[in-house]
Amino acid sequence: MSTVFIAFQTNEDTRPIVESILADNPHAVLDEQPAMVKINAEGQLVIKRESIEERIGRNFDLQELQINLITLSGNIDEDDDQFTLAWKN
Amino acid sequence: MDMKANKKKLGLKEKYAHMTRGLDWQTTYQPMDKVFPQATFEGIKIHDWDKWEDPFRLTMDAYWKYQAEKERKLYAVLDAFAQNNGHLGITDARYLNAVKLFLTGISPLEYVAHRGFAAAGRNFPGVGPRVACLMQSIDEIRHAQTQIHALSNYNKFYEGFHAGAAHQIERIWYLSVPKSFFDDAFSAGPFEWMIAIGFSFEYVLTNLLFVPFMSGAAYNGDMATVTFGFSAQSDEARHMTLGLECIKFMLEQDPDNLPIVQKWIDKWAWRGIRVLTLVGMMMDYMLPKRVMSWKEAWEIYFEQNGGALFNDLAKYGIKVPDCITQCTVDKEHISHQAWCTFYQYAHASAFHTWLPNAEEMDWLSAKYPNTFDKYYRPRYEQWREMADKGERFYNNTLPMLCQVCQIPMVFTEPDDPSKICYRESDYNGEKYHTCSDGCKHIFDDEPEKYIQAWLPVHQIYQGNCWPEGTDPTAEGFDPMAKVLEWYHIENGKDNLDYEGSGDQANFAAWRGAATQNT
Amino acid sequence: MAVKALSEYNFPAADTQDKFHGNQLLYVGWDDHLMFCAPFAYCIPPSTKFSELVEKHLPHSFGRHPEWAKVDFGKAVWLKSGQPFQPDMNKTLAEQGLKHKDVLRLQTPGLNGNGTYF
Repeated sequence: MSTVFIAFQTNEDTRPIVESILADNPHAVLDEQPAMVKINAEGQLVIKRESIEERIGRNFDLQELQINLITLSGNIDEDDDQFTLAWKN
Repeated sequence: MDMKANKKKLGLKEKYAHMTRGLDWQTTYQPMDKVFPQATFEGIKIHDWDKWEDPFRLTMDAYWKYQAEKERKLYAVLDAFAQNNGHLGITDARYLNAVKLFLTGISPLEYVAHRGFAAAGRNFPGVGPRVACLMQSIDEIRHAQTQIHALSNYNKFYEGFHAGAAHQIERIWYLSVPKSFFDDAFSAGPFEWMIAIGFSFEYVLTNLLFVPFMSGAAYNGDMATVTFGFSAQSDEARHMTLGLECIKFMLEQDPDNLPIVQKWIDKWAWRGIRVLTLVGMMMDYMLPKRVMSWKEAWEIYFEQNGGALFNDLAKYGIKVPDCITQCTVDKEHISHQAWCTFYQYAHASAFHTWLPNAEEMDWLSAKYPNTFDKYYRPRYEQWREMADKGERFYNNTLPMLCQVCQIPMVFTEPDDPSKICYRESDYNGEKYHTCSDGCKHIFDDEPEKYIQAWLPVHQIYQGNCWPEGTDPTAEGFDPMAKVLEWYHIENGKDNLDYEGSGDQANFAAWRGAATQNT
Repeated sequence: MAVKALSEYNFPAADTQDKFHGNQLLYVGWDDHLMFCAPFAYCIPPSTKFSELVEKHLPHSFGRHPEWAKVDFGKAVWLKSGQPFQPDMNKTLAEQGLKHKDVLRLQTPGLNGNGTYF
């Protein structure tokens, strides 16, 4: 199984996003580096709109992720409710 | 950010379908192959352009909205930087030499990428990739502009920024390395461009450039660079996705595309890795505070992440590029080989170099236990001895260059780090020299292309690198002084060792003034 | 394999000898001495005697190395394009077949920066 990852700038916008990802993906591992936070996960990582909305108390469009995104790895599948990164092998 | 709307909005997938399909038409008074003359000559066969899908499903309206948001964030930081003497907040003015290399070597590539993606978008007959290329083209010019703008703050205080991003890329010897890389890609067809830049550069290599290096900029207190770097990188995630999508699209469209795509991956992985030699040096030697070594970054972002990618592409029959064996050896050498080169040619460079101090050498020994103490520490110690005697070593003769990557022939044999690697080919009665099996292979595959290379050393010897009106027969003519003038390098200011430089003196004085009232 | 192109692809080489104002290029590297990061490129007339190369041009480039003074040209080994080459000090480059863009490697057994390859 290969590792997928996603990295964001460390800031107030991304804190609830990172919290949501870690809550929804128990197998994910947090890697904090200067000015950035990277989340590594075996195989697959799912980001759920609802989980982020619960934490920020407003509607969230998953495309807003792009503002603070630094990098990612894996095949992307995005719709209105979730954003998935996966290596299917 | 989004207001609650009463009317039901289109879902992401529906919106993407509406805004990226059915936008073009079949031509009537000109045949389609005349309108899109570059679509087929490379041999790539596409049967259904509508199969192209951007996984982000980004549409133009959303694109403008999010890009505007990124710009607002960036310029708020740049204002704060300028208003608060941000240039004194960095760890050490040595660090800025990495930024000078970035501005002169990488920002111009962003601009060429802007042009290249505009051209690729024009030349693809499919609407999906055309929209994606359009967005990437706009991203790339944004990157060039924000980088130049952010770094112009340093130009008010430090040497070596005055020629900016536009002038030196076409002239200075080491900048011909990144320039020739992009020229090579841009002079190919649109599909090869996508593999070269969209896939190999953006997907496989850009993480190594932006992620650990920008994190390093943050670690060294450089708010301006971190901010433009991460702002650019937020677009890169989309570019990487485009690169990967493009390769999967080509491979799924026709089995005949596989060998062509494989050849391009092999070529462009190696071309890109050679260019990254400069980045390796920036990470290991030019950041006063270091986040990780080049080797560690290579292992995370190339070996692990690239490995996952190639595992994924294996289902299409794609193999890991042959150069991987060589790269595994090289990761423990190239940053040191590059720094040794710039140390000795610092008089001809638009930034300063220096010898690593004792503590930095210990860090390098720990990070490179197999190579540093055996091969590189002795070099630095001997040069230190010379420098302490007032005889700092500057190499006085121009080096031999590789015909393909254009880097001086500094790389060593894969099985012997004590021997320079020499490779040569004969073509039309003339000899051509390359630095490695990788570069030789690329030369031999398309010699007609690489015989035209603008090799800086040969151009100097041909007399093409002096200011207009120079008379080489005049009494007291000093060719190298004229070359520096033509490079727009101010001799004694922009070049030479950091020890004793204006940057060093000014930074110490200003930082002193910033923390005291005297 | 040929370049794939939209039309005939045939352009002149950038570095043919006629562009060097009566000179030729000759590359020389000194094996096991990586104080000099890469081999050198010289642009000199084909009528240069090999002795002039050895007595004038090479010392200018390599002379700051502590071992340069110890090089015994009577025992030095030369390679041209990786193959053994026996230079004649009294002949010119042209007279002994050293052509434009040929590469020479100088090997000085016993000298290798005391084992550090400096």
